[in-house]
Amino acid sequence: MTHFPVEKIRADFPILAQKIRGKDLVYLDNAASCQKPNAVIDAIGDLYRNDYANIHRGVHTLSVRSTDKFEGARGKVRDFINAASEKEIVFVRGATEAINLVAQSYGRANIRAGDEILITGMEHHSNIVPWQLLCEQTGAVLKVAPINRKGELIYEAFDALLSEKTRLVAVAHMSNALGTINPVEKIIAAAHARSVPVLLDGAQAAPHMKVDVKALDCDFYAFSGHKLYGPSGIGVLYGKQALLEAMPPYQGGGDMIRKVTFEKSDYNKLPYKFEAGTPSIADVVGLGAAIDYLNAVGMENVAAYEAELLDYATERARNIDGLTIIGEAAQKGAILSFVLENVHPHDIGTMLDSLGIAIRAGHHCAMPVMDFFEVPATARASFAMYNTRAEIDVLMQGIESLIKVFG
Amino acid sequence: MFDELRDLYQEVIFDHNRNPRNFRVMEDADRQVEGFNPLCGDRLTLYLKMDGEVIKDVSFQGSGCAISTASVSLMTEIIKGMTEQQAAELFKKFHEMTTGKDENLQLEALGKLAVLAGVREYPARVKCATLAWHTLDAALKNQHTPVSTE
Repeated sequence: MTHFPVEKIRADFPILAQKIRGKDLVYLDNAASCQKPNAVIDAIGDLYRNDYANIHRGVHTLSVRSTDKFEGARGKVRDFINAASEKEIVFVRGATEAINLVAQSYGRANIRAGDEILITGMEHHSNIVPWQLLCEQTGAVLKVAPINRKGELIYEAFDALLSEKTRLVAVAHMSNALGTINPVEKIIAAAHARSVPVLLDGAQAAPHMKVDVKALDCDFYAFSGHKLYGPSGIGVLYGKQALLEAMPPYQGGGDMIRKVTFEKSDYNKLPYKFEAGTPSIADVVGLGAAIDYLNAVGMENVAAYEAELLDYATERARNIDGLTIIGEAAQKGAILSFVLENVHPHDIGTMLDSLGIAIRAGHHCAMPVMDFFEVPATARASFAMYNTRAEIDVLMQGIESLIKVFG
Repeated sequence: MFDELRDLYQEVIFDHNRNPRNFRVMEDADRQVEGFNPLCGDRLTLYLKMDGEVIKDVSFQGSGCAISTASVSLMTEIIKGMTEQQAAELFKKFHEMTTGKDENLQLEALGKLAVLAGVREYPARVKCATLAWHTLDAALKNQHTPVSTE
């Protein structure tokens, strides 16, 4: 196994060092949300203790300090995903709000009745429902590219669905229910060949691999802070500057305007045009601290370590009789979704919780994926950089034991 | 290994989960209602055959977790032969047992159903146990729209 300082990393996450029902916590629900390192918790506390005030336009010292920290975090996000400019980094509540922003701002300005929006069969509800709302409002049509039994996008079918009617492609960079990593470079090239912009839902991918929006050449990239070891309630929409410039505001209010009269308002420049109202200042600062933390570990190292964890977990899981892995894509992130022959996922969840193991049981906000695999739900263990092989052993022993109990 | 779960997963529950009673489609049912728990995907169809006020026969189909399957299986055994009124009263008692805060609950009145009292300690699992009963409640009220726990 590659040398990866997992014990040092674990020590930075105070929540991990606790007992649940008398057992060491084994936290494997990272695809739902990741835990936070001291650096993030302290950054938020420090801001509130020492520097907090409302940002922008303040002439007093605290406002200047808060603004510097807030805008400093924007710079960190820009560097983290290699965007061309800080103008392309819009703070939102999370990936969900980022996608809704694009649907309601870009979508309503550019998409008409009869136009098509193309997604895939493995999307999270947050990359389905905003487009359905847009289709209801505009008369556009939602097209869904199918997946195969391994949980991979059938690329030829996707390509065939790209047509002169397609106005936008929106796909998960990595699936939350299956772990599948989509061939986004190919998807983007094919869409761009038809002048169709592409939105990537990066909620799952951003915490687990190096994301370079310039190299990807995607038009929009959405991700959440809380899955990136940062605070909940904060996320990022990246958009190419030319697209964002041409888009109407999403919400009206303070900070997003330059001049207001009762006759007309002039909108602020980017990215503030899309940031109405006082933002979640401390959470943005916390997200900046999470990015610093990840940069110190190195995203390439995180990706390599998690790939080893997934390989190990997959190999162990395959040796358990009656266990079926849901999602066996060739390109996959550290998510192990599975079902057991005689035990319902909800029972698996309760049983494992009694052993201190936190997994998720349910439809993972991807009901169409459950329908495709004809299961009501799956159990999902999802790994992060602070998980260990020993924890995977505990999980697998737990699964083997509960299979015996259910008989 | 799972000792502390014994209050929740009693042997009777495993038994009914492995071999659910009255698990069949009823072709000549008078009443048929669907129950759905969107949280976990549990689905069941409850069938009633009435003889005036009396539940002459009852069966179900569907898939769910052990708690949900055992709950509906036990329910079908117990309500068979009851009047609508008696079944409605039992629903009320069952609901109190699984969701109530009453420390002096008379578990005796619930008979076999008392094995499901353990869900009180597991708020995330209460709906698994009550889905069957909410579906029955709709059937007793002669409602035909699907029941959802959410």
